Amino acid sequence: MGNDYRYIGKAIKRRDAEGIVTGAAQYLDDLKFQNLLHGKVMRSPYAHALIKSVDKSKALALPGVKAVLTWADIPDYRGGTPRNVRILDKKVRCVGDVVALVAATTEEIAEEAIALIDVEYEVLPAVFDIDSALAPGAPAVYDEFPDNILPGGTIIYGPNCLKGVVRGDVEKGFTEADVITEGTFGYENIPNALPPESVGAVAVWEEPDKVTIQGTSQAPYMDKVTLFHVFNRQIEVRSIGCQVGGGFGTKFTCWQVQSYAILLSRATGRPVKVMISKEEHMATFVLRVGSRIHARVGMKKDGTLTAVQGTWYVDTGYYSFTTQAQVAIGSGELMIMAQCPNWDLKNIVVVTNRNASGATRGFGGQELKCAFIPLLCLAMEKAGLDPFEVLKKNFVKPGGGYYWRDGNWFDFRGIDFSKAMDKGAETFGWKEKWKGWLKPVAVNGAKRRGIGVGVHGNADIGEDASEAYVQLGYNGTATIFLCVAEHGTGQKSNYIKMVAEVLQIPPDRISMTPADSLVTPFEFGPVGSRGTYAIGSAVINAAEDARRQILEMAARKLGTPPEDLDTADGVVFVKGHPEKHMKWRAMGNDRTILGYGRFDPDFTMCNCMMSFVEVEVDTDTGKVDLVRVVNATDVGQIIDPPGLEGQLNGCFGSAGIDSAIFEETILDHRTGHIVNANMIDYKWRTFAELPVIDNVVMETPFPSHRFHAVGVGEISTSPGPSAVLMAVSNAIGAWMHEYPMTPDRVLKALGWVEDAHLPLYEGRPGYPLAGRGSAGGGGDRVPAGGCPGNCEGGTK
Amino acid sequence: MATRKASKAGKRAADARPIDLTVNRQVYQLSRGSRPGEVEPFHTLSHTLRETLGLTGTKISCDEGACGCCTVIMDGKAVLSCKILTVECGGKTVTTIEGLKDPKTGEFDALQQAFIDYTAFQCGFCTPGMILTAKALLNENPHPREDEVKEALSGNFCRCVSHYHVLRAVMSVADKGR
Repeated sequence: MGNDYRYIGKAIKRRDAEGIVTGAAQYLDDLKFQNLLHGKVMRSPYAHALIKSVDKSKALALPGVKAVLTWADIPDYRGGTPRNVRILDKKVRCVGDVVALVAATTEEIAEEAIALIDVEYEVLPAVFDIDSALAPGAPAVYDEFPDNILPGGTIIYGPNCLKGVVRGDVEKGFTEADVITEGTFGYENIPNALPPESVGAVAVWEEPDKVTIQGTSQAPYMDKVTLFHVFNRQIEVRSIGCQVGGGFGTKFTCWQVQSYAILLSRATGRPVKVMISKEEHMATFVLRVGSRIHARVGMKKDGTLTAVQGTWYVDTGYYSFTTQAQVAIGSGELMIMAQCPNWDLKNIVVVTNRNASGATRGFGGQELKCAFIPLLCLAMEKAGLDPFEVLKKNFVKPGGGYYWRDGNWFDFRGIDFSKAMDKGAETFGWKEKWKGWLKPVAVNGAKRRGIGVGVHGNADIGEDASEAYVQLGYNGTATIFLCVAEHGTGQKSNYIKMVAEVLQIPPDRISMTPADSLVTPFEFGPVGSRGTYAIGSAVINAAEDARRQILEMAARKLGTPPEDLDTADGVVFVKGHPEKHMKWRAMGNDRTILGYGRFDPDFTMCNCMMSFVEVEVDTDTGKVDLVRVVNATDVGQIIDPPGLEGQLNGCFGSAGIDSAIFEETILDHRTGHIVNANMIDYKWRTFAELPVIDNVVMETPFPSHRFHAVGVGEISTSPGPSAVLMAVSNAIGAWMHEYPMTPDRVLKALGWVEDAHLPLYEGRPGYPLAGRGSAGGGGDRVPAGGCPGNCEGGTK
Repeated sequence: MATRKASKAGKRAADARPIDLTVNRQVYQLSRGSRPGEVEPFHTLSHTLRETLGLTGTKISCDEGACGCCTVIMDGKAVLSCKILTVECGGKTVTTIEGLKDPKTGEFDALQQAFIDYTAFQCGFCTPGMILTAKALLNENPHPREDEVKEALSGNFCRCVSHYHVLRAVMSVADKGR
């Protein structure tokens, strides 16, 4: 797009760049606090147990120990959705659940004290997956939810929170279908987004009811809100954000660690830091939700969807903070990618005895789609259709719509993403490479190449409220008051850029407050892809409000109507007569011009990303290599080219594409212990195995804010995993339906090994793969079983 | 989790030999003991750099030698400072991210400047380790091929996926004067 923006769309040095490359950027653990104590968490070795007794006398006697807290020491403070999760409870519900909190003068003493606490447990039977949790007579994770099913909906999305999708007449839809496929598919490898910085907080309690919390959160203002409720609406929280060492959505869920620090600070009267170790981060912090559907989809020969019916089973681990929200968003996101008149998609949120699942980039939609698209693939195969064409055809377009999280229907007023998809397909060479279902692109000895495609879109670009102030300085400067902690997207620098463009002053004339809830107005935080449109709009509105005020002031002084005035570089001037002007300095140094901006939620638009992948499978070893990725999107207007590219390249990190190839959290289903809670056994992509990646970015102006942009960063991980599943299936000529596609699973699909030879396999949820050994097609390839109700797979 | 048995507060070490350590051209004589500013037998170099010397630019992520975030340069080689005990560092010379700027002019090292110019970071937590790993490589091999850079950096975890930007930044320095 041609435009004459001075700063928007241009690469400008990130505000924190020098701090990052010199080590001066301060993350939580880099800060120094006077008189600081260190908090540590004693964690349960059992997946499910009652705490019968705790003897903390030896721990308290250790020199340097300042407090030891158990459930008996604190009021009934609770978080979660519903609010039933006690900060400290007399029952533990997963390995790693909190038993006691210790504050001491050093970390080592705190750890030693934990070893001195004697706890007597009564071990209870546990449930580790959807099947065992829903089985008749299963042990209840919570007494109040005897069937292990959490109530649907979340209060923050309102009384009609989307709990499923019901629309039209599915029976009629199925009668109109030319092909119907049905089956059970899952994405249950619960990968960890795994930001490099783990999770922590420092709390400073001030009697009688105030606390200042500083932490690793990616949404500091929302912590103020969350903690207020957790502590029975009896505390006043000041929340300060730091430089954040990656979040990927997970650092929206810091309330437990923050609560530990707050309780210990209150108990000791001193600042307390709780920083969990990497092992705790991987074994006790939030994972992706486990996702499984049993569903039926109807499609016409031309790829038109006629009906979607089924149940989405969501395994949230031992509690939910955002899972019902993820279910609402994920359901809406499925409607965005699968426009269909007839729906009956229910869902069930199941609790199990492992650490919690929660907000992670993709936020429900990635997890649902990774299970749904394999079902859709069977329909497309049966109808003999090219998946690129079907995905393009069914993605929401102007004239379409969807239900969104508050339960309301929204007519889509965004753009047609088909152009971006076509451009992506062209860049990838999709038309030339597509040979049909279960057909490789190329075979070279044992090496077989296959291609796949996936798509995702999210209407969260305009979710939730944001507020900002912009204050003008008399010397031609400005200050942005905004509660955003920089967590890697570079958005803080982008807000500076947006204000620079509105006020026409250089970015280096603009300052930004720290993310401090005492200083800034409300901000939901940069979660989802809301940073560009939602937060950006608040900042732009604040800058425009400030600009309006200084133009009105100048209008009085210059005797000119404000609409005839403009401003640049700290000078207000009459349009066409720059000699008639007033410097901002004329406002005086004893006056404040403060603009206020707010963004109210708008669910009428979504973003979109289509990912094309090519894999090479070694059929001797079963190893899958990601060879090439093309991501195609349309963002309306690029704000910052390198920042956008970084976000799109993020597609295979943070539990994205690689969750289809090698990333998984392996839970031992006998003990409930996670067996790969370290960065050696949990696999991640290295520099040595980088695929070729191309990002196709179109700029069709959106009716969003004055720069016509929307965010896309969050969704880059989401289209890829199911695309890889498709690509590997095509490469080897047999359906792969389990994530990740580790060598053992590939060899099993090829019929070269049996389950019995694979002891690790015990640890994973899975389904009997029908069609094993049916390379080249044929046979009943729909996986059957595994879902409650003993449903069978089949095709019409 | 590693269990580190804490010494009783204030106990003096039997071994009175100081640990002579040069960090960023400054010589430190660190005493053994458990008082603030002293080195205990279980202190890792990363701990000493961050907590004792206040050089928090060295980041700790996994703290078990898997992720490369804590990389520093010791006697010319990139090493994982979480896997080295400070008591083993007597006589060593260490460069951390804080020591990369030119001490006379205050200018950024060419790699630091390239990381800025190419926005070769997102959250930035892995960046000090990346820069120092690349720096050690370029010290040994001023003009590496891209595959050699990838190999050198293959122990550095980056979750945001800034790998491609990092490669551009490092290669821009590696290509100078080729």
